Amino acid sequence: MLRSSQPLTGPNRKRCREDEMLLGTVLDEGERGFIIDTRSAQAAKQARMTGGGTEPKSSYPQWKRLHRPLERGRPLQESFIKLVEACNDTSINMDRWLSRLESSRWLSHVKAALSTACLAAQCMDREEASVLVHGAEGTDTTLLVTALAQVILDPSCRTLGGFQGLLEREWIEAGHPFHLRCARSAYSHARLKQEAPLFLLFLDCVWQLSHQFPFSLEFSERLLLTLFDNAYASAYGTFLCNNEKERRVGCLCKVKESTHSLWAWLNQPGEKKKYLNPLYSHNALVIWPSVEPQSIQLWQGLFFRWIRSSQHLDEAWAEIQQLVDAN
Amino acid sequence: VENVRLLDRLSSRKAALGTLYLTATHVIFVENGSEARKETWVLHSQISSIEKQATTATGCPLLIRCKNFQVIQLVIPQERDCHDVYISLIRLARPVKYEELYCFSFNPKLDKEEREQGWKLVDLTEEYNRMGVPNNYWQISDVNRDYGVCDSYPTEVYVPKSATAHIIVGSSKFRSRRRFPALSYYCKDNNASICRSSQPLSGFSARCLEDEQMLQAIRKANPGSDFLYVVDTRPKLNAMANRAAGKGYENEDNYSNIKFQFIGIENIHVMRNSLQKMLEVCELKSPSMSDFLWGLENSGWLKHIKAIMDAGIFIAKAVAEEGVSVLVHCSDGWDRTAQVCSVASLLLDPYYRTMKGFMVLIEKDWVSFGHKFNHRYGNLDGDPKEISPVIDQFIEGVWQLMEQFPCAFEFNERFLIHIQHHIYSCQFGNFLCNSQKERRELKIQERTYSLWAHLWKNRADYLNPLYRPDHSQTQGTLRPQMAPCNFLYKFWSGMYNRFEKGLHPRQSVTDYLMAVKEETQQLEEELEVLRERLMNLQKSQINDNKVKSKRQDRSKELGLSTSNNSLANTPQEYSNDLKSFPSRSPSQGDEEDSALILTQDNLKSSDPDLSANSDQESGVEDLSCRSPSGGGCLPSEDSGKDSDEAVFLA
Repeated sequence: MLRSSQPLTGPNRKRCREDEMLLGTVLDEGERGFIIDTRSAQAAKQARMTGGGTEPKSSYPQWKRLHRPLERGRPLQESFIKLVEACNDTSINMDRWLSRLESSRWLSHVKAALSTACLAAQCMDREEASVLVHGAEGTDTTLLVTALAQVILDPSCRTLGGFQGLLEREWIEAGHPFHLRCARSAYSHARLKQEAPLFLLFLDCVWQLSHQFPFSLEFSERLLLTLFDNAYASAYGTFLCNNEKERRVGCLCKVKESTHSLWAWLNQPGEKKKYLNPLYSHNALVIWPSVEPQSIQLWQGLFFRWIRSSQHLDEAWAEIQQLVDAN
Repeated sequence: VENVRLLDRLSSRKAALGTLYLTATHVIFVENGSEARKETWVLHSQISSIEKQATTATGCPLLIRCKNFQVIQLVIPQERDCHDVYISLIRLARPVKYEELYCFSFNPKLDKEEREQGWKLVDLTEEYNRMGVPNNYWQISDVNRDYGVCDSYPTEVYVPKSATAHIIVGSSKFRSRRRFPALSYYCKDNNASICRSSQPLSGFSARCLEDEQMLQAIRKANPGSDFLYVVDTRPKLNAMANRAAGKGYENEDNYSNIKFQFIGIENIHVMRNSLQKMLEVCELKSPSMSDFLWGLENSGWLKHIKAIMDAGIFIAKAVAEEGVSVLVHCSDGWDRTAQVCSVASLLLDPYYRTMKGFMVLIEKDWVSFGHKFNHRYGNLDGDPKEISPVIDQFIEGVWQLMEQFPCAFEFNERFLIHIQHHIYSCQFGNFLCNSQKERRELKIQERTYSLWAHLWKNRADYLNPLYRPDHSQTQGTLRPQMAPCNFLYKFWSGMYNRFEKGLHPRQSVTDYLMAVKEETQQLEEELEVLRERLMNLQKSQINDNKVKSKRQDRSKELGLSTSNNSLANTPQEYSNDLKSFPSRSPSQGDEEDSALILTQDNLKSSDPDLSANSDQESGVEDLSCRSPSGGGCLPSEDSGKDSDEAVFLA
């Protein structure tokens, strides 16, 4: 699986031999690959007007392009804000709750993200074909798809350590602009142009997987909540800045020298066990989630975290832990 | 009929070819060729509707919809055969006499005494005693011993001490269907009670001294409170409309010291339509999130569930927190009243959250108080306007509570699903007819078997591993948040998409934890035995080798083998663009779909679809059954370690 940003085809349908060769090296003679473009076909076409575009069939004959539009940017942030507002609104009665939930479109975005990641995974696992994923910048929906696909495909990404490695690789080092994207969250009045909850969407999708496969992830919901918190505001430097360059050179301070790593803290033996899933059992196979609407649920642990007591559910988890420990 | 195809709803490409059989009691589809000889059995009683669809090139489609939400799509090659099957099924699914029902031919091979014992498992007199009645405030009345006062009530009713036979009879004449106020639940801690009745025949201005005295008697039976709540579970408009028909509701001016309250729960027709709409949403092919959420909201289903729960919560609060007695009624006092009283009882009393207690609850508030099972669930062919998912809603309410309070119930989701299944299956006699009187006339207990005994026998399958009687969640009153809590009501896909394997978490946490619990117990017992043995060994001089070989035997008995049953789970169709996805032939085990396997043996000994939660399609090697009783299928590479650990002496 490869990821990139969009090719700069432009309105004049420029070609780039090097790019074609690079992609060419990935595939053997006669092999076929898939390009998953996270923009709609129309949006991808329009991108040409501003210098971007898609890989033309003629120049990349072995690659079949599939469009799977995923929401990003402002609209995704609006979706998030609307959902949080709906959750906090104590005046809605049951008559209108579901349509309010629906009008935020958040769950539709979760469904779309999971479907696309599954598609990428299917290309690799079932078709045994290589996949190139890109959107426009390659820093948002692209990473959502590649990271999620790996959780689906690769059991090592489902371990606590492996998942952290996945985050480092596919989100942090890959250059997801955390500083811009995770600025003020849902309550802020400042509607920042660059803010968008892609990382939260990713965590939500991972939560859906944990819900559908309760035995297959080594980490618990608590880890996901902690990651969500730290992406927005953290005592650690892990999610600072927008990319590696800024962390090393761009910042006023050098991140690695002047801050502590979230991973170091999480992995201390005393801390670590809080983030483990007591039901975990190594699953060497691919986990294929259902993306039917009935299977996609609202992540109550996150969205109702401060609204409703989780006491009874926590007690249930404590029971589960006890049962497993006793054994 | 041969060469029939059984289609899979989610994946239109998956169709099984086989033979269709119609017997006196079941429709059976047997798949061709597969070594597993997969069979799908459907009881005629379960059939809700049959739809003959337009003939296509591939044959004549026949859609069978079941009351337990199973949907079977068949394609029969010849139109003639399809028509015959259709006509036959219509007749078979609409029995005219009780004797046609499965319960009269079902034979679990028990002797007469076992059958009787089965019926005695749930004893209501015992239950009322447990509650604390009869006592100084409440007595048993036999005024209805020959069903002379109210033919839909039981022969034994509990009434306040000061309610004489004269008062009871007088009150019954002033109540719809003569269903006078009677005790449903008594709280011995504070003497508050929940009573139930039907609507008074008050019209615009009619009064009845005895009925007023009855309510006073109920109030007086609770010395701790100086007023009585009267809860009418209908929407105010409906209740008012009833006045024009000479019925209605209690006027606070006429009844001393009552506080009257409407809690609007819609009627059976609204509920029937609501369920219909929700099932239509479930039948949508590849719905978007939008389609689903809108559809669900339009059906109003969850709103109705919440209304029922809110009513139960109100009543439970009145009893537990205010110490005030409540009289509940709707129109006839056998639908909404039953729902609301049983929810309230469940919230108030942890006994009803145990397996036995739950059976008792249903027996008390539904069976004995004359809920019209036959009319509501169509045992016999009858008026379609009487059909309504009343008890289904109650059962769902319980599931919603279970989701909010995972440690509070002794039983699990599967218990609820199987009860619902059997309310419609007519395999057992508990839910036949419309009243105790009718059941006795038909001699149900002598001619059929009790579901409760059957469930009790298999209770290991129905336990909730997180339940502990001493857990804080299981004690005392359950207090669900009333608001904000719209979001707490979830769509119950375990019930309404029960047969769609692809939809559910494929790994059953319940089963796994039960197995873990059992295993721990067995290991602890084993440990005890070994400890004793060690002590004995230390006294005598037996050599080491013999001991080691015995240990190994033990580990095999516990089923901790290292068998590797990898069954891949199948990807759903994530791409609507099938052409670009010519999927390879699926890898091992894709077609495993044990949920629909019902063999004759299964029917007798356990319930159909016990494996509804089986995870044979899970993407895990572990089938979540570390059950020592021969489940045999174990998870990880680590299982080797487990078997050694099992015998590791402390």
